[in-house]
Amino acid sequence: MGRISLRSVGLGLAAPVGALVFALLVCGVILSITGHPPFSVAEDMIGSLERPRTIANSLNSATTYYLSAVAVAIGFKMRLFNIGVDGQYRLAAMLAAALAGASFMESLPSVVRILLTILAAMLVGAVWSGIAGFLKVTRGVSEVISTIMLNAIATALVAFLLNPDRLAVTVAGSNNIGTAPITEGGQVPGIPYSGSSSDVYGLVALAAVVGVAYWFMLNRTRFGFDLKATGESESAAVASGVNVKKMVLASMLLSGAVAGLVGLPQLLGDSHSYALDFPAGLGFTGIAIALLGRNHPIGMAFAAFLWGALDQTSNVLDLSGVPKEIVVIMQGVIVLSVVIAYELVRRYKLRLEQRDVGRALGTTKTPEEVQG
Amino acid sequence: MTASGLAVGVQDTVAPSRRRRSPMIYFALAVAALVVVSLVRVLTGAGNLTSSGTVAAALTAAVPIALAGLAGLWSERAGVINIGLEGMMVLGTFGAGLFGYQYGPWVGIVAGVALGAVGGLIHAVATVTFGVDHIISGVAITLAAPGLTLFLAKLYFTDAPGGGQKQSPPIEDVPHVSIPGLSTLLGDIEQLQWFFVSDLAGLLRGLTTDVSLLTVVALVLFVATAYALWRTAFGLRLRSCGEAPFAAESLGVNVYKYKYAAITMSGALAGLGGAILAVASSQFRDGQTGGRGYIGLASMIFGNWRPGGVAAGAGLFGYTDAMQLRGEGAVHALLLLLGIALLVLAVVQLRGKRYAVASVATVIGVLFIVWFALSDQVPPELVSAAPYVVTLLVLSLAAQRLRVPKWIGRTYRRGEGG
Amino acid sequence: MANSDVNVAVRTGTVHALVGENGAGKSTLMKILYGMQRPDEGTISIDGSPTDLTTPADAIAVGIGMVHQHFMLADNLTVLENVVLGDEPRSGGGIDFKAARTKIKDISARYGLGVEPDRLVDELGVGERQRVEILKVLFRGARILILDEPTAVLVPQEVDELFGNLRELKSEGLTILFISHKLDEVLSVADDITVMRRGTTVASVSPGEVTARQLAELMVGSALPVPELRESTVTETPVLEVEGLTVTSPDGRAVLDAMSFTIHAGEVLGIAGVEGNGQAELVEALMGIRPLQSGRIMLQDKDITKLSTRKRRDAGVGYVPEDRHRQGVLLEATLWENRILGHQTRAPSARGLLLNRAGARADTERIVEEYDVRTPSIDVAAASLSGGNQQKLIVGREMSGDPVLLIASHPTRGVDVGAQAAIWEQIRKARAEHLAVLLISADLDELIGMSDSLAVILRGKLVASYDPTAVTPEELGSAMTGAGDGGPHD
Repeated sequence: MGRISLRSVGLGLAAPVGALVFALLVCGVILSITGHPPFSVAEDMIGSLERPRTIANSLNSATTYYLSAVAVAIGFKMRLFNIGVDGQYRLAAMLAAALAGASFMESLPSVVRILLTILAAMLVGAVWSGIAGFLKVTRGVSEVISTIMLNAIATALVAFLLNPDRLAVTVAGSNNIGTAPITEGGQVPGIPYSGSSSDVYGLVALAAVVGVAYWFMLNRTRFGFDLKATGESESAAVASGVNVKKMVLASMLLSGAVAGLVGLPQLLGDSHSYALDFPAGLGFTGIAIALLGRNHPIGMAFAAFLWGALDQTSNVLDLSGVPKEIVVIMQGVIVLSVVIAYELVRRYKLRLEQRDVGRALGTTKTPEEVQG
Repeated sequence: MTASGLAVGVQDTVAPSRRRRSPMIYFALAVAALVVVSLVRVLTGAGNLTSSGTVAAALTAAVPIALAGLAGLWSERAGVINIGLEGMMVLGTFGAGLFGYQYGPWVGIVAGVALGAVGGLIHAVATVTFGVDHIISGVAITLAAPGLTLFLAKLYFTDAPGGGQKQSPPIEDVPHVSIPGLSTLLGDIEQLQWFFVSDLAGLLRGLTTDVSLLTVVALVLFVATAYALWRTAFGLRLRSCGEAPFAAESLGVNVYKYKYAAITMSGALAGLGGAILAVASSQFRDGQTGGRGYIGLASMIFGNWRPGGVAAGAGLFGYTDAMQLRGEGAVHALLLLLGIALLVLAVVQLRGKRYAVASVATVIGVLFIVWFALSDQVPPELVSAAPYVVTLLVLSLAAQRLRVPKWIGRTYRRGEGG
Repeated sequence: MANSDVNVAVRTGTVHALVGENGAGKSTLMKILYGMQRPDEGTISIDGSPTDLTTPADAIAVGIGMVHQHFMLADNLTVLENVVLGDEPRSGGGIDFKAARTKIKDISARYGLGVEPDRLVDELGVGERQRVEILKVLFRGARILILDEPTAVLVPQEVDELFGNLRELKSEGLTILFISHKLDEVLSVADDITVMRRGTTVASVSPGEVTARQLAELMVGSALPVPELRESTVTETPVLEVEGLTVTSPDGRAVLDAMSFTIHAGEVLGIAGVEGNGQAELVEALMGIRPLQSGRIMLQDKDITKLSTRKRRDAGVGYVPEDRHRQGVLLEATLWENRILGHQTRAPSARGLLLNRAGARADTERIVEEYDVRTPSIDVAAASLSGGNQQKLIVGREMSGDPVLLIASHPTRGVDVGAQAAIWEQIRKARAEHLAVLLISADLDELIGMSDSLAVILRGKLVASYDPTAVTPEELGSAMTGAGDGGPHD
């Protein structure tokens, strides 16, 4: 932070750009080996970006991904791995959908209905992640393990609740089942995008608000400082007066609350019901995007859009006989190579800075002193 | 030199001594557990609880989980967390599918193992060479593997006879074996419905009748792992990398090498687990692993990072899996079992003077028993959550008994120790 | 470059001591000798023949063994497993446990090490662990033993026993390279002494020729700065009153045993003691990091026993922690962010629930200026500063906001002489302005020079108190080991 220099921007971009290039190379090789000309594949994908519909859909995907990434990033900033965003948002979306679709909600004004739905989703997400937080601070259970377990338990719970005997109804004209459809007063209208048949989710605004709030919390508040300090050095944070247990619980709750929002743009803007085919696995996408965007509010926005665009443009590939999963491979390679690249850049940057300090003071520090 | 005078200011490091238990205790525990299960069977009339059919189904379900758990054990004993197990298993299922339908199950298995090992190798490069956080690398592998396999499946299986976009053509099964003579004898005893004796017979019959050769392979691997990691120099060095890598380094152990070996082996075992899954269900299907990598991880924790424990955990989880398929009465009886297990745990914790934990265990245990008493069945959707709930309970109520490798999850770089 | 132009000659069958300040390059040299780092230039010869050591395995092969300062032991493995690791006797495919056990027992008996092969290292005390380390080295047939600061963690009786072991090893013809900065120990055990300073060897002397003082001056390269308080500023106003402070370890033993003391405004109370006698626990208990079993802590007549660390800091307690890197700074955060650390709730770094970045930055500039923190800007990461400059930043930070009490744990450990003098000067200045200081240090000269009153901590109790103007380091030393007669004993 602080002043922005050309060098720090360059170093900041080196890792993601490098990873992207590397991923393109890997995918190019895979495509070539499997008999698909990589350049024409790329051309098809880029070509589809010219269609407004693709852009609108990419934005919609990015909205969802971004919320998930912020939820993950809140944990990451404190070195907490909330692998459980996946379970948190599915449970939250399901229960929020059941609430929003309930008949007693019909009589409420639209704004109240939507706010209640959002609050309910945040609450459910927070409760589910809170279990992991609670187990960590009281029993020392690793949040990685507990959230993995809670994901699976959430899957079972959603399957249990999404049953015509309980919260679900059969969707007319199919053998799908889902929560009762949310009537118009509970929906969030889309924003028309010129030339596109699909609207942009109205809740793209929610993602923007969450992003700004996240930035503000991290850089301008005492809470954010304590959060980052704990992530950088738990022992130093303790010595400075941070109550780490409280912070763990607070950040898990916060992360879960944001995770609860992940399903809402789609739920309130498009599907209007939580059915068996509601997208799963967005929590893991969030991890990938948080990593690529370095937990930075703007970095993650770019990463989310890249992910959304990759997903949406890959739809044209099936037409030309290229399995669109090449995009998933690419995303996997990006994640793995970007973390390696960030690590390399971090080491390089520290060396540069030490050299600068050394130069400014006319002495050079020995590696031994640096590691102390 | 005497030991007197050492007490000044240094007692901090003295931990309560832990004794090694003799194998007899584990045997006694197993017998006691079976007695409880028999009791529950007699009380509830859920004959399926110990029928040889259930046991055989449990065994089949347990093997992939057990191998995933064993894979986790190899990696974590060398200090590297492997939550990429799920992804490596996916690679294994695909390898078995691709090669299994063309060249037979054994070649398929080998291919699955090889692909899993490649997955492990990638994890090793990321975590050991580049010092990437173990969780992140694991997540990335788990994200990428299904994409890669689905991509290739679409290319190679779509036009193959009997295949599809998301599934391979059928794979032959490997031979199954029984211990001759034993099966009928045990079957007769099982029919008698005697307390304990019939249960034991059912258990043994399930374990010795119509067993897949792949199950035998898995069993051999467990024994081999126990020997390799605890009785050989290779194993000692590997474990030392997970406990104190700088100590190992200072004694000339090439920590990188052992970590690489362990993680690659971990990938290979996970791949084997996936391959067995594919062979046992006669084809590769997208999404076939269904979180078994994570259940394997759970069984590793449940088993306290020891092969016997992992096997027991996987057996337990395979058992709940099998129960799901075998009628609701039996599943319902599981509630009572879980309740009793928690009460036993409460007593153990009480003896260790951990009153808070003991009371929590008691409350949850009683709740399970009340649930059992007040209901006739358990919703089948909830049963699949059982392994995860059990693992969470073990972690939160019996964590002080767990002995996690000390250097787990931390980065090691040569020459940067003390 | 850490070391250059280092020349050491060690005679076979002797104890050779290598002395130098922290950061003088001793550890680097040891790492080179043990093959953990490679020299850019120069040779290492053993018994006259040049040797190339690229890995610890090479060093072991030529008979060099290393006993590290921080024990290199795996707690969850047994003594036997720790000892044989890397050099396992085999039978068939596996380890020959029986042969290993016999050999360990033999060596243990021959040198009187008293090591039991089948115990878990987790259960062993510090002295036992060190003997396991020595046994590890002997098990590999080492003829040259390198001991890196072997006495740092030992109590005096253990030091005596260690020296007994060393003499025994020497009489068996083994060569011992002994690294230390405890000069009295060096003088008592070494046959030859080499002094290092700033990465190079500056002198070779024999213990008969020099005094501890001369040796110390060789180490620092100039006359030693002497910490000294001018006139007493002690007032009658108690700032910190501690009564019956008791802290127990997880297994129920008292690590602090009913400790009571008072520090007045303008007073520096120095606590002397061998490391590990409860100093760390005392500091953590006072800071609210470690829970108390019983006792009461009063700050300016206000009971702070139940307050959190943050509330205590807000009440005016400054804290210079023992381990700078772990507790004092956020290494990857900028200097101004580090200025906020520990002052998250107070002006100038906070405004209500928000941070005041401008205020924090301005005040960081002030600290950099006043405390002479050498840095090109306040936007660099703390990690890029030298230890001394990091420490000056920490002291500056902890002195800001007008604390009434400063808890300083080893405030000048591992910093250069210049920073040391600067830190002493700042503490003196604050003391003149009625700051109460609890000073914990391993440096007896620092304690004697800086304190208005001195207490000795032994096994979690304050066992003696001294007037620093009338006490010698020797007297203090014997009280610290429980052998002195300067105060009441339990």
